[in-house]
Amino acid sequence: MPSEPAAGNVAGADVASGEVLLVERARQGDAEAFSALISKYERRVYRMARQITQNDEDAEDVLQDTFLKAYEHLPSFQGQSKFYTWLTRIAVNESLMKLRKRKSDRTVSLDENIETDEESIVREIAVWDGTPEERYGQEELRAILDEAIQSLKPIFRTVFVLRDVEEMSTEETAEMLGLSIAAVKSRLLRARLQLREKLTRIFKRKGDQILGYV
Amino acid sequence: MVTCKDFLRELGEYLDESTDPELRAELDRHINECPNCWVVLDTTKKTINIYKGLEAQPLPERLRARLMEAVAKKIGSASNGHDC
Ligand SMILES: [Zn+2]
Repeated sequence: MPSEPAAGNVAGADVASGEVLLVERARQGDAEAFSALISKYERRVYRMARQITQNDEDAEDVLQDTFLKAYEHLPSFQGQSKFYTWLTRIAVNESLMKLRKRKSDRTVSLDENIETDEESIVREIAVWDGTPEERYGQEELRAILDEAIQSLKPIFRTVFVLRDVEEMSTEETAEMLGLSIAAVKSRLLRARLQLREKLTRIFKRKGDQILGYV
Repeated sequence: MVTCKDFLRELGEYLDESTDPELRAELDRHINECPNCWVVLDTTKKTINIYKGLEAQPLPERLRARLMEAVAKKIGSASNGHDC
């Protein structure tokens, strides 16, 4: 990630992109400025909501509620974090609420004990055949990646999406999910390894000698 | 001596480049000698990058219209309320 110049309390990237002005105007009730912010982030918010909730209908509600809440709470946005981080916090809360509504509390627990060690997640040890981005069409690749994420438990996919897709920091992720830093790190590693396992089964070079830890 | 088990345990920190230099050097030495861990590192990096590289798709037109309508309504009612 590129390093950002410090600019007081205001996140540097936001200054650079002129976003601070846009946010300030939206705070004053400028509908056009708020629309511009929506246009900038709607795709990512919707994608995040779909990935976490795994339900199109819920994701649509999350998208809408996130921007409505953002508008409502904009006056309390202090600019200490980036606008997108602040927006993500709202979207994650909304997504988790949807998940909890649909499933029993037990399956959406964010803090369940994880006793398996990393080794037991890693079974398929094989190099990938070329570059999947080149071997597969966009649509097909998207479907494969979506399916892999979908197979993860909510806590793993939520941590993965926040850290590796939306590029939130470990600290931000921990704060958003009410987890310790250590818990975020261990869940992220397990999520990455589970996805690696699934993708390797699909992308591996066929006919290679199969390696393994056991 | 770093074992495969150690390497896997440290893999997250290694990928995020947050291990201290001494440990990092030991982990580097391990992947140079251990094909298993090298492959796991390589395919895990690729897994992360393939997700990072995927652009979010445009919203379906119907969904975008619904969103904009809801927001317009909200902004309309908010400004009516202020009346300044
Ligand atoms: Zn090894």
